[in-house]
Amino acid sequence: MNTALPNTLRNGPDGRGRFGEFGGRFVAETLMPLILELEAAYEAAKADPSFQAELDYYLKHYVGRPSAMWHAERLSRELGGAKIYFKRDELNHTGAHKINNCLGQILLAKRMGKTRIIAETGAGQHGVATATVCALFGLPCTVYMGAVDVERQKPNVFRMKLLGAEVVPVSSGAATLKDAMNDAMRDWVANVRDTFYIIGTAAGPHPYPAMVRDFQCVIGEEAKAQMLEAEGRLPDVAVAAIGGGSNAIGLFHPFLDDKSVRLIGVEAAGKGLETSEHAASLSKGRPGVLHGNRTYLLQDDDGQILEAHSISAGLDYPGIGPEHSWLHEIGRVEYVAATDKEALDAFQLCTRTEGIIPALEPSHALAHVSKIAPQMGKDEIILMNLCGRGDKDIFAVAKHLGVEL
Amino acid sequence: MSRIATVFAALKAEGRAALIPFVEAYDPSRETSLTLLHGMAANGADIIEIGMPFTDPMADGPTIQAAGRRGLLAGATLRGTLGLVEEFRRENNHTPLVLMGYLNPILSYGVAAFCADAARLGVDGLIVVDLPTEEADLLLPDASKNGLDVIRLVAPTTSDARLPLVLAGSSGFVYYVSITGITGTRTASAADLARDIPRIRAATDLPIAVGFGVRTPEQAAVVAQHADGAIVASALIETLVRENVDAVLRDVKALAEGVHGARQAA
Repeated sequence: MNTALPNTLRNGPDGRGRFGEFGGRFVAETLMPLILELEAAYEAAKADPSFQAELDYYLKHYVGRPSAMWHAERLSRELGGAKIYFKRDELNHTGAHKINNCLGQILLAKRMGKTRIIAETGAGQHGVATATVCALFGLPCTVYMGAVDVERQKPNVFRMKLLGAEVVPVSSGAATLKDAMNDAMRDWVANVRDTFYIIGTAAGPHPYPAMVRDFQCVIGEEAKAQMLEAEGRLPDVAVAAIGGGSNAIGLFHPFLDDKSVRLIGVEAAGKGLETSEHAASLSKGRPGVLHGNRTYLLQDDDGQILEAHSISAGLDYPGIGPEHSWLHEIGRVEYVAATDKEALDAFQLCTRTEGIIPALEPSHALAHVSKIAPQMGKDEIILMNLCGRGDKDIFAVAKHLGVEL
Repeated sequence: MSRIATVFAALKAEGRAALIPFVEAYDPSRETSLTLLHGMAANGADIIEIGMPFTDPMADGPTIQAAGRRGLLAGATLRGTLGLVEEFRRENNHTPLVLMGYLNPILSYGVAAFCADAARLGVDGLIVVDLPTEEADLLLPDASKNGLDVIRLVAPTTSDARLPLVLAGSSGFVYYVSITGITGTRTASAADLARDIPRIRAATDLPIAVGFGVRTPEQAAVVAQHADGAIVASALIETLVRENVDAVLRDVKALAEGVHGARQAA
């Protein structure tokens, strides 16, 4: 099933780090030699069976992989259509898919002899995952986080500090994920010799989009095998939420050549696509260059980057990974959007029917599932990536529901 | 000969280095920028860099970040910055102007249209921070078609083996980012420059200007002993914020004296 087709969609990026017109390496010269060094180190690691074996060891014994695939029967019944399965990456150690990538990158950092780790974080899930692997391997860790996100994700900030990380609140711009990424890049350019930058999403300069994707593909590969075992066939639809797009590319990529599987990415529509407060780069943006790659961006007529908005800090980003931009342009993946309100409804629906409190990020995916499932037949299958758990979000949700904690 | 080449040839004949001060467009108003451009030219600036404000200036420190935000708040756009150049050129046809900034506003304007308009309105060179040599084919053909110099950044991390690649297609001068870091933070020492500049000289005949962390007349003089130009940005913006336009011009004059007297003093 994993045989590459002659016309496979899984060969990207090209030698310049591009997926079609997207991707590339748009960084200052100071960083360029590091990016090239990283690419060479990653290629060597990929070709080294002992690297994959080491990663597999940690994924199994530390993260708890493979994550379960759960038939959400009550939810399926309630929606009254397709049979819905959750790929439960919220069961991973640290509560989200982010750790899959952090482990891969920190093992690479160790191979490269780097002694200091930096990261950016939005919701704090990637920051927590990075702080966790740094604690595990005894490396100092600095996490850049928008000051607004520090405020709305207090539990994760405290977690990171407990894990020994320094959390630097970033107050430039809108003080969210985009600005945290700017400051992480600035740190990196000032500490080029010893520092490894663990980017959390499938964006940034090449080789990050490909590397993060590769480390997240474990999601789709496991789900594919689990689905074949449970149902003897592939799902009809696979759905995932998209901020930068790492959990989605991890789920989608192993299915790209399976033409029968409809792939749907769900962006954050915030207060509505008709407003200016959303994070839907593909639905409402246009191509440009930010954070080292050419991709769809929310920007004004002058090419200034616009602030994104989402109830979910993890989706609050005005760009998207370049491979998604390409998959959008060639039409292999459909990209839709769900509003804050729809995500909140889905959050409660999942909690009530399945006893699983999802993060607000996958709640966006679930919001779309609840739109399409009723229109599908009972013998049709939806696979959704439940990429994070919602414990971190209960304060934000309570606030939106008018509940005082 | 281009304005940039003319200036460096004249300075070389006089045995002097260039002072290259920086103005962030529209910081905090269009009028301030225009006054600064004329005032700098009158107070010893040999070439002037104009910063094109961008929301996400990844290579800049807090000072230039804030300057860019003020510029954007004052209504700066790429079109507006070109308009500033056009107005400056009505009274000054000799001081070279180099636009420095990030790629996205240029992409949004359209690379071909931008290069044509910039050249027509009096821009001499471009420094695009997030366009390394690996991606430069996006800009080089249109820039060279319109006679715009594409000024390349060289960093301490740029290896000798990589230098020829980085310098391929560059013209005007070479911008040596003398520290690993963002603008306006650390300063390279005389020993650093004595080690680094000859390495670049061996790879190019172009003049070499040094930026990032050059703040005082003394530091600018040290740079001028090793390189062909000193670029000063954050320190001047700080003066503008703390004091006023006149104080910036006072500093430019002192910097110019430091740079221009350096080699005689050495």
